[in-house]
Amino acid sequence: MNLTLEYHRSPVRYMTTRTATGTSVGGRASGWMAANLSPLRLLNRPEPRLPGAGWTRVRPRLSGICGSDLGLLTGRNSPYLSALISLPFTPGHEVVGDTLDDLPDLPKGTRVVLDPVLGCVPRGLEPCAGCAADQPSRCDHITAGRVSAGMQTGYCADTGGGWSRVFVAHASQLHRVPDTVDDERAVLVEPLACAIHTVRRAPIPDGASVLVVGAGTVGLLTTMALREYTKAGPIYVIARYGHQRELAREAGATEVLASDRAARALRRATGGFLARPERGSEYLLGGVDLAFDCTAGSGLDTALRVVRAGGTVVMSGMPNAGVDLTPLWFRELNLVGAYCSGGHDFPDALALAQSAPLTGYVDAVYPLSRWRDAIGHASAAGRLGSVKVAFDPTKDQ
Amino acid sequence: MSRPGFVLEVDERTPALLMHEGEGFRLEKLPLGSRVIYPPESLPGLRDLDARIRHALANPLGREPLHELLRPGMRLTIVFDDLSIPLPPMRTPDIRQRIIEQVLELAAAKGVDDVELIAGNALHRRMTPAELKRTVGERVFRSFFPRHLRNHDAEDKANLTEIGQTRHGEVVEINRRAAESDLIVYVNVSLTAMSGGPKSVSVGLASYRSLKHHHNVHTLRHSKSFNDPPNSAMHHSYNRMAGLLDESVNIFQIETTVNNDTFPDYVGFLNKREWEWNLKDQASYLAVKRANDLAPPKQRRQIWHRTAAPYGVTSVTAGDPIQVHEVTTRHVLRQQLTEVDGPADIGIFGLPYICPYNVNSIMNPILVMSLGLGYFFNLYRGQPIVRPGGVAIYYHPVRNEFHPVHHPSYIDFFEEVLAETTDPVAIETKFEEQFATDPWYIHLYRNSYAYHGVHPLYMWYWGAHAMEHLGDVIFVGGNRKTTERMGFRSASTLDDALEMARERVGRSPSINYLHAPPLTMADVR
Repeated sequence: MNLTLEYHRSPVRYMTTRTATGTSVGGRASGWMAANLSPLRLLNRPEPRLPGAGWTRVRPRLSGICGSDLGLLTGRNSPYLSALISLPFTPGHEVVGDTLDDLPDLPKGTRVVLDPVLGCVPRGLEPCAGCAADQPSRCDHITAGRVSAGMQTGYCADTGGGWSRVFVAHASQLHRVPDTVDDERAVLVEPLACAIHTVRRAPIPDGASVLVVGAGTVGLLTTMALREYTKAGPIYVIARYGHQRELAREAGATEVLASDRAARALRRATGGFLARPERGSEYLLGGVDLAFDCTAGSGLDTALRVVRAGGTVVMSGMPNAGVDLTPLWFRELNLVGAYCSGGHDFPDALALAQSAPLTGYVDAVYPLSRWRDAIGHASAAGRLGSVKVAFDPTKDQ
Repeated sequence: MSRPGFVLEVDERTPALLMHEGEGFRLEKLPLGSRVIYPPESLPGLRDLDARIRHALANPLGREPLHELLRPGMRLTIVFDDLSIPLPPMRTPDIRQRIIEQVLELAAAKGVDDVELIAGNALHRRMTPAELKRTVGERVFRSFFPRHLRNHDAEDKANLTEIGQTRHGEVVEINRRAAESDLIVYVNVSLTAMSGGPKSVSVGLASYRSLKHHHNVHTLRHSKSFNDPPNSAMHHSYNRMAGLLDESVNIFQIETTVNNDTFPDYVGFLNKREWEWNLKDQASYLAVKRANDLAPPKQRRQIWHRTAAPYGVTSVTAGDPIQVHEVTTRHVLRQQLTEVDGPADIGIFGLPYICPYNVNSIMNPILVMSLGLGYFFNLYRGQPIVRPGGVAIYYHPVRNEFHPVHHPSYIDFFEEVLAETTDPVAIETKFEEQFATDPWYIHLYRNSYAYHGVHPLYMWYWGAHAMEHLGDVIFVGGNRKTTERMGFRSASTLDDALEMARERVGRSPSINYLHAPPLTMADVR
């Protein structure tokens, strides 16, 4: 049997967590809410069946808890996504594990990381335009094919997910991990690939001033990717907690700012005027060339307010907050989305993971049986001085 | 006959002493043996002030009577001190109004049509129309505002003119209208010995290009004190600039001094020595303190800033700026100077709610620093009331609050610059140019009511001499984070502060308490 954390359909629990975490008090207790009210349960299930040729079972060594997973458990993710998933499913898409079946070029027992996107190839379909362009994250067929709907492993009923002892993955989703990359680094390859994809989503001129809003895992990895794969000039990072400030500097930030004074500090750094509306936050007439929102939407408002006219805002992470789009219109900004990865992002992430300053990022590892503690910890990771919280399903007896 | 200044040695019969602490005050028992420096008793104000003004204008020092300097067709510019003095603002009619009205009457009688009035606000914020009206009076305001009554604009390049350079290479650049006038009449109020004289035109109408020659760390560290002009490098620079101005600009200076009637009757006990408080004063103290402590912060601030001082004017002198200023300085010192027998290990200062740069505004942490380590520390002649390496204890809550309209660059200075360094030289080297030339600050200075971008740095330099001189600075009641950001320490009580000070000055320190306001200048032997 397969010990698995399963997210099942429960409109009552979904609405309860969504309503409760939508308040300021509930928001502060979102970890507790997610752990105790969300429709997640620990079960023994039969192992998922292999959907066809080219698929293998994977036994996770580590499986990370992502911000989108927390958004799911707190009910904050948009209902837009409900058409793109199949229930019940096992979350977990940041995975390093061992294959359990022999595949061509991927013998049984190979240590792999998972590219979770379920595009046309794993689904056994003729490639859509996105997949044909080697951008499976833009796949139009994520509800079709030989596995049920699911934009990724971790949202699909047929594949299982990383928060279990075993799930299934297609060979096209798996990347061999070099021996020089340990499990703690390997589990960060997927978010690192997303970060690399994010910085490639918009042209970044040499010397451009860049703001990264948020210094959680996504923000930190985006900062690293900016330093590694672009010739950006000053990189400003908005960080809330002390350890995030230190890590952001280590990742390559030129300056780390507190969120409540970001607009003023950026005005000083990049020039321009500061405007103070009668209601709402201050904003800049002037500002940085590009901003990356790495906060799942809560920092998008800040990003829109501090980018210069004609500049670009890139949204990384699953958005779950509303925002005033007036600056987008008034300053003629470019708003760019960045979802998952494609092209060479994953191989590049594997290469970068070997040298990037990722030591200590995974500092809390839980067995599946302590999933409530793990979710609570991940929800308060910033406050608790953590970056990435992960499950180690091998710890469960 | 007013009684002279006085140094009280605290003994067991000494009552608790009044201590200002921002928008509040308290009575504090000082350790036995502490010396309390009181100013001379308030001097009597002049009677029939209008007649004294008339007399001064008709009998100037070193100049022809004003009416003889006026002629039809001439360009006359009347410049007056801005709202930074006196403190608190004086009851209306302001002495500047009285003088300006008489000057204008003389000008009208002589057929002078081309008259402009300019507030000498240098890099200070512009005065609002209401503030201008309060200073010059309704009649003048209605006749001249806005076209012929305005604030000096130190960033209006087209309306600045370079007069030349002193032998020290100091650029003298002032308001073009004033520089090109046939006569400048400068109307001054001198609250301290640093104001007036050579400072008036060379500072009040200057630009950053000109001001940076004396508003810098080196000059301020060599101004000991800046309230003692002969020993002030800053005033030496003013003098050189004034000398240059004297060659090309015709200035008729009118200076006034005020007495120490700083607080109105309902808080009259603040003007008195504590052991002389009568029953009414004691009752007033209890009632006002209770009401003040209970008042919501916003209302409390409004009440204090609406308080106008019932000053008496102690002198009106007109004529040649140098000769006039000698008289003025004598009057200021007569009102404020108290002899003190040597410095002490610890100096105590109670900081009030107002300083030159928060009139109708908020006293932010940088201004607290400049008031304490700048203005109050420098209220000395000879040597500071604290020995080198000694400890200064200030009373002020040092709240982390800023006026967003008046002090925008202060916010950035506090958050950004002080987070990096508190060293005045490092600040000057790395940040002065940035702050001085920032287009947004310049825009706000010119079009809003903001102090110039470089102003917070100047305020920091203001304390450079004290920072070099003192071994430690402690704020009783000060916000811990805010004081720490500025490189100082905070204590909950005086006992705690004294305990902290002992690390540096030993277990039996001598203490001097500068009892102000009303302003006291220590003549330390």
